[in-house]
Amino acid sequence: MSLNYNIIVGLEIHVQLATRTKMFCGCELEFGQPPNTRVCPVCLGMPGALPVMNKAAVEAAILTGLALNCTISRFTKWDRKSYYYPDLPKNYQISQYDLPLAENGYIEIPLEDGTSKKIRIRRAHLEEDAGKNTHTLGNFSAVDLNRAGTPLLEIVTEPDLNSPSEVRQLAQELQRIVRYLGVSEADMQKGHMRFEPNVNLHITQDGQVFKTPITEVKNLNSFRALERSIACEVNRQLDEFLATGKTLQIGNKSTYGWDDVNQMTVLQREKEEAHDYRYFPDPDLVPVAVSDEWLSRIASRLGELPLAMQQRFVRDYGLSDYDAQVLTAEKSTAVFFDAAVRCGAQPKRICNLLTQTGLKLANEKQTTVDALGISPGRLAALANMVEAGQISATSATVIFETMTQTDEDPAQIAEQKNLLQKNDAGEIEALIEQVIWENQKAVSDAKSNPKKAKKAMGFLMGQVIQKSKGQANPKIVAELLNRKLMA
Amino acid sequence: MNHQIDRQLVERAALLSRLELSESEIAQFSTQLSAIVEYIEKINTLHTEHVEPLAHCLPVHNVLRADEPRGSLSNAEALANAPDTIDGYFKVPKILDDNSGA
Repeated sequence: MSLNYNIIVGLEIHVQLATRTKMFCGCELEFGQPPNTRVCPVCLGMPGALPVMNKAAVEAAILTGLALNCTISRFTKWDRKSYYYPDLPKNYQISQYDLPLAENGYIEIPLEDGTSKKIRIRRAHLEEDAGKNTHTLGNFSAVDLNRAGTPLLEIVTEPDLNSPSEVRQLAQELQRIVRYLGVSEADMQKGHMRFEPNVNLHITQDGQVFKTPITEVKNLNSFRALERSIACEVNRQLDEFLATGKTLQIGNKSTYGWDDVNQMTVLQREKEEAHDYRYFPDPDLVPVAVSDEWLSRIASRLGELPLAMQQRFVRDYGLSDYDAQVLTAEKSTAVFFDAAVRCGAQPKRICNLLTQTGLKLANEKQTTVDALGISPGRLAALANMVEAGQISATSATVIFETMTQTDEDPAQIAEQKNLLQKNDAGEIEALIEQVIWENQKAVSDAKSNPKKAKKAMGFLMGQVIQKSKGQANPKIVAELLNRKLMA
Repeated sequence: MNHQIDRQLVERAALLSRLELSESEIAQFSTQLSAIVEYIEKINTLHTEHVEPLAHCLPVHNVLRADEPRGSLSNAEALANAPDTIDGYFKVPKILDDNSGA
């Protein structure tokens, strides 16, 4: 019996847009406020209250649609999706049914092997969030409606994802994109991004293809949980298929919840009555028409997207894919790096300074590298000093830290702190002579004991650097020492 | 074509709307809703192949507001109509099945 399978995953993603106010009213969106203090007649669903659309939310949705290579609908409308739940005050959610703001796009995701893959986007539409239900130990629930009416962008992909890691890559890439665009803080812990994968397997057994029933996984609050839940579902569905032979049929979709403590998916509900949301156009809201002029004004905010920037850093600057990825994780870092390179410094030097020192300092101060008080030009000057051998990499770290506190040039700081490297061959040669005299054993090892030569050489190097109080340029030391020993 | 609204459909509609109907109301709504559906069917006989679907009855679009905060209600005002509250929250019966579909 031969058996192999393909993993098929599509994602439904809710992204909370970072507007100041709610989607249809002027209540402020602030995380962690006392319950029911950011509410008004509109978001409480009071009779007679009328919603008015937030322009910034429409623009953020269109901008994201453009970044996801979607066709932007020139005419959209708002629909009511009816269902009853205590966190939904109007008993309907305002959403977009048949005319989503954006459709037929794709997102390019980086894969672990350095290549990339296009995942098709079916649609992206705007809708409002519900409130928050807190289930207590007692026989009741407590409802906070501060979140009710928060603008969400729902993005639906085609089932083009074929492994747990691809699913995580897409999630992380989408997070990077919406942060670059500034349309969402995309903080997973605050629920700014919620992922609901639809998973099944196409199993080929003895030349015949079987499709397992689709499951939807909910309650995923981290990238890790997302990735692991897919891996779990794959194993569970495979086991189930082998045990029961159950295959996909209309209506046998089930919902699983992620249990983070036990790291497994747990059945929540199976084949229920099909939902009847009774969608119809919301008479309280007029349609939105997107003109060429408005669309191009929004498109001008697009800028270079993170993956394009990452690929450019590899192609044009010769960085490794890993370095490029670290630098483009945050837009502020990427832009700052790019600016420093354009000031005329070697990209890899700038990269090392930023990844080894800059990001650490920024993290300690809870800020970004562009806000450390160092201009791209000053950073380039520091990188050039390392490049020219005027200072060591270790000294560069010290100077970097000092630069965050003063406006002085790196050269001035190096001088004040006595960190300039000795490049004077004569001076270094004298030190080498002394070290050779004092360490005859190591010298003979370096010269004629192949087993110990490397170690002995390193020891001698260290002695010379030490004698120079760390100021001798290691490159010159190595060169001169080699020449001396070969003589 | 005759789409009579039978008892089963009325009961389903009542369930979706969370309405409790008496026997006589079920009978009454069956008749009334059947009449409404009959009327809609009459409208359905019109030829609309070349007519754009109407998204809104007003010839108006793009009524948008700037993303600027306006005051909210106080917690006391927000909860004023609530049948029951607890610590600033609306207090509601526990719902075990997440039937929200969201």
